[in-house]
Amino acid sequence: MKLRISHETVYRYDQPIRNLVQSLRLTPSVFEGQKVHSWTIDVSGGIRGPGFRDGAGDWIEGWTVRGPVDHVTIRIDGRIDTRDMAGVLRGHREMINPLTYLRDTSVTRPDPALRDLAFGITGTTDQLDLAHKLSAAVSDRIAFRPGVTQTGTTAAQALALGEGVCQDHTHALTALARLRGLPARYVSGYLHSTIDGQAHDAAHAWAEIQVEGLGWIGFDAANRCCPDERYVRLGSGLDSADAAPIRGIAMGTGAEELDVSVRVEEMPQ
Amino acid sequence: MSYYNEMFEGDRVRDPYARLRDWVETMPDDFRQMKQAEAEALFRRIGITFAVYGEGGDPDRLIPFDMMPRVFEQAEWRRLERGIKQRARALNAFLRDVYGRGEIIRAGRIPARLVYQNEAYEKSVVGVVPPRGIYSHIIGIDLVRTAKDEFYVLEDNCRTPSGVSYMLENREIMMRMFPQLFRNNRIEPVDQYPDLLRRTLESVAPAKCSDRPTCVILTPGHYNSAYYEHSFLANLMGVELVEGQDLFVDGEFVYMRTTTGPKRVDVIYRRIDDPYLDPLCFRPDSMLGIPGLMDVYRSGGVSICSAPGAGVADDKAIYTFVPEMIRFYLGEEPILNNVQTWTLWKDDDYRYVMEHLPELVVKEVHGSGGYGMLVGPKSTTEEIETFRLKIQANPSNYIAQPTLALSTCPTFVEEGIAPRHVDLRPYCLCGDRIELVPGGLTRVALRDGSLVVNSSQGGGVKDTWVLSE
Repeated sequence: MKLRISHETVYRYDQPIRNLVQSLRLTPSVFEGQKVHSWTIDVSGGIRGPGFRDGAGDWIEGWTVRGPVDHVTIRIDGRIDTRDMAGVLRGHREMINPLTYLRDTSVTRPDPALRDLAFGITGTTDQLDLAHKLSAAVSDRIAFRPGVTQTGTTAAQALALGEGVCQDHTHALTALARLRGLPARYVSGYLHSTIDGQAHDAAHAWAEIQVEGLGWIGFDAANRCCPDERYVRLGSGLDSADAAPIRGIAMGTGAEELDVSVRVEEMPQ
Repeated sequence: MSYYNEMFEGDRVRDPYARLRDWVETMPDDFRQMKQAEAEALFRRIGITFAVYGEGGDPDRLIPFDMMPRVFEQAEWRRLERGIKQRARALNAFLRDVYGRGEIIRAGRIPARLVYQNEAYEKSVVGVVPPRGIYSHIIGIDLVRTAKDEFYVLEDNCRTPSGVSYMLENREIMMRMFPQLFRNNRIEPVDQYPDLLRRTLESVAPAKCSDRPTCVILTPGHYNSAYYEHSFLANLMGVELVEGQDLFVDGEFVYMRTTTGPKRVDVIYRRIDDPYLDPLCFRPDSMLGIPGLMDVYRSGGVSICSAPGAGVADDKAIYTFVPEMIRFYLGEEPILNNVQTWTLWKDDDYRYVMEHLPELVVKEVHGSGGYGMLVGPKSTTEEIETFRLKIQANPSNYIAQPTLALSTCPTFVEEGIAPRHVDLRPYCLCGDRIELVPGGLTRVALRDGSLVVNSSQGGGVKDTWVLSE
């Protein structure tokens, strides 16, 4: 698919802020499923700082805004060709050993219920099959429902609640996979439309699980599928905070308000 | 158990101590007491009261200083020096490797799990090669001696080893109180350490730095138990002592706020731990760090000493593999011994340790400061049984080692002079060269018979001499 992405994030501060420092993971990954035509990142009033590819293969860009400013806009405008790779992250260059992704974080730490769910899946010796079954288990046990969970909701809490959004599905799935000894990580990106053709228009997240012989494979438990040409991959981490596309800290004491708009449109051929 | 006495062999005085014998034996009691009081007053005045090695305890408590020096002769030191430098080279090669291709793991010499699932293994710096490939610039290696030519390494400290200010101050105070001693003995100086440290830091400035590098010491602040040492070293090196709030990121670099405007910083000798360095990369609640520092570091705009992630080399589980690193990276045989270590998460080791508790030393994996450990031979049956229950509750939290026969040095005590057990921490500097100042920090267990030298458990410190040829 030829996709055009417009992603605007506006931070409004009730007191002007100074010395805002950001670390942005907002550039598409380089692998066989994606080819970028054009991609621009702009931060209003900002100075572009260091840019580099990290050990996970993600392009990171630092920005600073000296201020004082009462709002900051991060604008992404990009065009990209995507291909259906059946979820396989082929041709992605990275240096981090997969075993590093067996580690838990505070939001993926398993509780007895996650343990029961992970080890309740029996009768399979094939890693790929197991990964699919774990993903299906998450889809079955956590219904998609926005507004019931927050940024800090843990995998255990989401499972107990039985509802959540893509972040919760992804945390739960990474927790389950790690319990079964499969390295797993949180991936952030964009989604053009859900499988029923419904436009998505929000940032998206899914999991990747390391399967012997195949490498990293994406699983979107929130949508019961593997990522295909409707998905744009940005970067990964141990959990949502570690994989966050935008991180920033400013000097200032006031409250901030956040506005996000994402448009992922298919371009005419 | 018999112990190596560093001064006496029977009635004979060993060579390095020959000239000290008269000094000790002719010293009148009242003179000694006067000097001891003088030393204490000097330490109080300069304010060096912090706990060594982040052991905690009362920060205002003075660590007892013993005036009897610990002495090495040149040949002994040379061998130690070779062993320490060898270890320092291997530890840095290991860090370069595990943040790169991981050859030692591919070769099956170290289990992958121990490295990649180690809490101190820092995913965010994989693939980042710091200047000269050096990750750990100041390595404090804790050693004990068990015989004339037998030294064991207890642990390596690759992050931010403290205590070097004691090495410098102990010498300073000894020279001030007993100038005659330094005229009668040819003792290698240690006061070049701050210059060497600065040179080492400057030698690892990033490639993007074109001028003479600006170095700073980053401290968590004056509440930290080692704050004295931070300001002491900054002072002697002639560099700024800064806190996180004094530094900021702008564009591609890190700057320091000064009265004449921002000044770019090239090398940060940090005395704060990885999780607090940068709230954008690590703990978001850290108020000590500098937002954006890690992005600047990872893109080569600033050097951080020690490099983030260096801690994976000094982990207690990794320790057992240091001899293997020396063979693998350097193709050499280790000069210094490792202490045999049983890891209680292994069934065989667990069984052995439980059957031999009265002979062994058992430590917590992440413990320090001599807390939470069992010294089998020095414990009552009841203490051993209480500890056994703790091990049974959580075996993977413990390692065990044989009880080492730590050497003794004569030490001034109430009754006069008596042998007390000692250890040694020299400080190895790694930059364009590997340097070791001839000396270090000797800790001494002041309690009769005690093998625990930690200051929190009744330990003191001594000046450490290396004699010239």
